[in-house]
Amino acid sequence: MTFTFKVNGKSTTVDVPADMPLLWVLRDVLDLKGTKYGCGIGQCGACTVHVTGTPRRSCRTTVSQVNGSAITTIEGLSADGTHPVQRAWEAVDVPQCGYCQAGQIMSAAALLARNPNPSDADIDTAMNGNLCRCGTYLRIREAIHKAAAMPATDSNAANRTSKSDKN
Amino acid sequence: MDTKTPVDRRQFLRVSALAGGGVLLATYIEPVANASARLAGEPKTAADFQPNAFIRITPDGSITIIAKNPEIGQGVKTMLPMIIADELDADWSKVKIEQAPLDTTKFQRQFAGGSTATPTNWMPMRKVGATARAVLVSAAAQTWNVPESELTTSASTVIHQASNRKISYGELATKAATLTPPDMETVKLKDPKDFTIIGKGMPGVDNRKIVTGKPLFGIDVTVPGMLYAVFEKAPVYAAKVKSANLDEIKKEPGVKHAFVVDGGQQLQGLLGGVAIVADSWWAARSARSKLKVTWDEHPTSSQSSKSFDAQAAELAKKAPMRSLRKDGDVESAFGGGNKVVEAAYYYPFISHAPLEPQNCTAHFKDGKLEIWSQSQTPESGRAMCMQTLGLKDTDITINMLRGGGGFGRRLNNDYMVEAAWIAKQVGVPVKLLWTREDDMQHDFYRPAGYHFIKGALDSSGKLVAWRNHFVSFGDPERMSAAPQPNTPLPFAPSAGIGAAEFPARFIPNFALDASVMPLGVPTGALRAPGSNGIAFATQSFIDELAAAAGKDPLQFRLDILSNTPIAQDPGPAGAPPAFEAARMRGVLELIRDKSGWGKTTLPKGTGMGVAFHFSHRGYFAEVVQATVAKDGTVKVDKVWVAGDVGSQIINPLNAENQVQGAVLDGIGEALGQEITIENGRATQSNFNTFPLLRLRQAPPVELHFKITDNPPTGLGEPALPPVVPALCSAIHAVTGKRIRSLPLSKQDLKWV
Repeated sequence: MTFTFKVNGKSTTVDVPADMPLLWVLRDVLDLKGTKYGCGIGQCGACTVHVTGTPRRSCRTTVSQVNGSAITTIEGLSADGTHPVQRAWEAVDVPQCGYCQAGQIMSAAALLARNPNPSDADIDTAMNGNLCRCGTYLRIREAIHKAAAMPATDSNAANRTSKSDKN
Repeated sequence: MDTKTPVDRRQFLRVSALAGGGVLLATYIEPVANASARLAGEPKTAADFQPNAFIRITPDGSITIIAKNPEIGQGVKTMLPMIIADELDADWSKVKIEQAPLDTTKFQRQFAGGSTATPTNWMPMRKVGATARAVLVSAAAQTWNVPESELTTSASTVIHQASNRKISYGELATKAATLTPPDMETVKLKDPKDFTIIGKGMPGVDNRKIVTGKPLFGIDVTVPGMLYAVFEKAPVYAAKVKSANLDEIKKEPGVKHAFVVDGGQQLQGLLGGVAIVADSWWAARSARSKLKVTWDEHPTSSQSSKSFDAQAAELAKKAPMRSLRKDGDVESAFGGGNKVVEAAYYYPFISHAPLEPQNCTAHFKDGKLEIWSQSQTPESGRAMCMQTLGLKDTDITINMLRGGGGFGRRLNNDYMVEAAWIAKQVGVPVKLLWTREDDMQHDFYRPAGYHFIKGALDSSGKLVAWRNHFVSFGDPERMSAAPQPNTPLPFAPSAGIGAAEFPARFIPNFALDASVMPLGVPTGALRAPGSNGIAFATQSFIDELAAAAGKDPLQFRLDILSNTPIAQDPGPAGAPPAFEAARMRGVLELIRDKSGWGKTTLPKGTGMGVAFHFSHRGYFAEVVQATVAKDGTVKVDKVWVAGDVGSQIINPLNAENQVQGAVLDGIGEALGQEITIENGRATQSNFNTFPLLRLRQAPPVELHFKITDNPPTGLGEPALPPVVPALCSAIHAVTGKRIRSLPLSKQDLKWV
């Protein structure tokens, strides 16, 4: 079956089984490897992407559920990797192995989009579904606060992301 | 070390012992510098300066440093090049870091295990950098016709202060390439006070790729023409396939191949199962949901956690199978009016659960095998592929990819030999990817352990006797037989205990005994292997003794550490130094002062606990403050950590990250992690039944390093073990209940 949706602002048509999770469409059909497989049951958050601006677990979202939607992945969060969350993650040196971080960043970006100045409690609630096996949680908290305090320099990318999310 | 011969038995054994051994400590230091000097790589062009296998400087000024070891999140890809760059006096902001492939001729040992990268590479990597710098200084001296002694270096530049001249390393590359590097063993190294990169916090060199989602990990590999594989193995380890509905599976959409792999009985090697190869992973995975396999009977299918508990209790009543250490006379000390304390401790099997499930990409063509893997021990993976597929090492190329966590799981190479075998059958490149369920049910688990400990205090409250009957897993017949010289104890992998393990040497009457049960479940090293369970049992029991002695648990520990230790037998040459009481007292005193131990008034329901442990050459003492609600809910409020890993914290930014991670890892293990065995198989299969620590549960971690005049050592592991008993001790302080069994989620912690 064919499905059409936008990925990072670009209209995309794929011919895959209707029950194929969005995760595997992104990774193996569209060659966007930033979104990660961790558990397949929506427990770890490594596969988090934005569907129409909302964080979703792409391992539990079938391709048929996103037909006509606008999807943003880590690759499209900003044009050149300068989304405040990405810059904060680098500045704080959040990653250890780094495997979960795309999902963490996507969850954090979604949090800041709806709550530009989150408290620790807000962060705990928004980020509790994203596992980090290495235990970088303390730095994730720190980096989200740092990102909240940063001006968004990559306004074009941010606009593009929000525009594609709305379409 | 020459690895060109197909079977270098000595080397293979050493690597195998490391991968499967009880204590993951490399006990020797390779002369990497000698080898790299001897095996200086061929320059890419005559104009490039490539004084050894680690450094390449081109005339355009580009400096590339090779990272030799597998990166699994421990930060070694940043840390080792930092050491080279500092002695080279390179401009770190412009240095390019390149991951080495497996090439033990050029790079010697390339593995991630035992927190050994720092102690074994610290001096060699410094010499690698210093040698290159010396050549560049010579090249500048010749260019300007000035004495080398008048030249200094800084940020990839040689400087002649007297004439106010500067020349970049790039400009010197062509000339430097014609000069012979000096002897690495005698090259002058920096005074540590002159370090400009070492000791500065440097963010991970892959961070940019990570935050922008670039392909980087093993799972991200794409090879043209690649197919995707899943592999279903027997739930009872090493059981064989009796029959499978392969004909039906082959008709499923996208499926290209479906076949039985016979496999063997070695738990670390290729095991039997059914491979399904398809044009997408989802197609292979979907076809697998229709797979019906009948498995052969297997002798270990009756094993269970419950049966292990019962056997351990029986063994504890009997004479131990073997004595591992005996000092003084424990039996006499348990009489004679001394106060005797006795307790049984248990910790469960647990899974590594790195977030990137096991996977490997392999291509077999014309008798040659190419592998893309995030193995922690690619060298032993190569050896296993050689043996299983009948290849020579020169037939095998291994590309080393970043690993999404390791924690010891990737010390084993089962996924690699599976991918290699499947690729050989299908003749095109194949990416084998396990599901999370495969990963959790086919791990090399941290073995469960049972410690039956008895201690005695004299009338002054001094600890005078200690006996531990450790009941573990292994080969009971060999355990009961007379010890064979030069033969390792027949413990299952990572299920042993060292005869020097604390409190050995510090108590006059001491006995360490062991018995084992047969085990059909694979076991292996999990971050701080051995220590991650032993510290819980030992340190928790020390708390019980302190209470019986009526002493403060921290001071009681200092008192034990102030006893004159029994002299340690000298180990083999190059063995790590013995536990030094003064260093441990140092971190204990530091943590006492920093945490406000004994001086803080805590609200009802909140308590503090302390513990220490020596492992992987590192000295760590930790204090945990925890709050236990009356319904038994545990919240860790804060952890204070004091560590002594020697004279230098090479990358403070990552050092802190590793310690925080190790502490949170330990808390996660203690709170809720357990693999239970039923009918010979693991019952947990995903994060819903095997909970990892979540952000909301993560307490602040306050870290203090005690800098001492000792060679720098590793940080991946030693911060983990103390946090588990310290947390249990804090819970006891609130509830009055001793935690003698893990995980905490299974204990009744309610209090009134």
